Amino acid sequence: MKARVHVMLKNGVLDPQGEAVRHALGSLGFDGVEGVRQGKIIELDLADGTSEATINEMCDKLLANTVIESYQVEVL
Amino acid sequence: MRAAVIVFPGSNCDRDMAVALKAAGADVSMVWHKDASLPDGVDLVAIPGGFSFGDYLRCGAIAAQSPICKAVVAHADRGGYVLGVCNGFQVLTETGLLPGALMRNANLKFICKPVELKVETSDSAFTEAYKAGDHVVYPVAHHDGNYTVDDTTLGALQGDDRIAFTYAANPNGSVADIAGVLSENRRVLGMMPHPERAVDAGHGGTDGQALFRGLVGQLAKA
Repeated sequence: MKARVHVMLKNGVLDPQGEAVRHALGSLGFDGVEGVRQGKIIELDLADGTSEATINEMCDKLLANTVIESYQVEVL
Repeated sequence: MRAAVIVFPGSNCDRDMAVALKAAGADVSMVWHKDASLPDGVDLVAIPGGFSFGDYLRCGAIAAQSPICKAVVAHADRGGYVLGVCNGFQVLTETGLLPGALMRNANLKFICKPVELKVETSDSAFTEAYKAGDHVVYPVAHHDGNYTVDDTTLGALQGDDRIAFTYAANPNGSVADIAGVLSENRRVLGMMPHPERAVDAGHGGTDGQALFRGLVGQLAKA
């Protein structure tokens, strides 16, 4: 089985990289880009039957830093 | 006084840290990240700067899960002293020994220069050789030194006098100009600037000597 973990900075945490991307889009002439948030996607190849609780534990312990990041697990 | 310097793949300030501690009179051993225990009788664990595990995933995240870090957390839980500098500070926040997180610098640049710091408290073994309000110059060399913490925790850090150093001119966007913070028991210090790179006239400054002399002196007495 596969799972996809989406890790994003929490709302309210300033994302300087997203801001830089937003500026770059503006300088390319793309008007109206009001905000960019940059995160990461981690794909996991897992033994069949791995529970969502186990995947959440992986996120809490390593894949995300829950001080600043939130995550969403998508089982594929 | 016995100190252990932890070495991860990608550490690059481990030997500087050992030199600074030895010059202050500590008996120093280097400990590889795969070791599961610290040498007997260690008073201080120093987690050096560098780019452990290539900064993969997040700075310090992989190092925080290494076998030696379990021993470091146990050492801190027993009341042992821990100093984390730069990547070492990132490792300490990732282990949860210190609150908050170090994010990408607000200006997105890698900053490498001497910076002026204000010593905010002398109430710790690390800073007792200074007076609160003293200004010192240590170099910084980091891409991810933008300290962030929620408002409640920031209030607790301020209320409990746990901010050890602040920047005189904030280079990285860190909240409340924070450059270094102490744990609740004041025995774990994490800081982005490098005191170990300011201990020899050849470094261009020796403001870091007092930190190591004070620390080694305090722990030798204990």
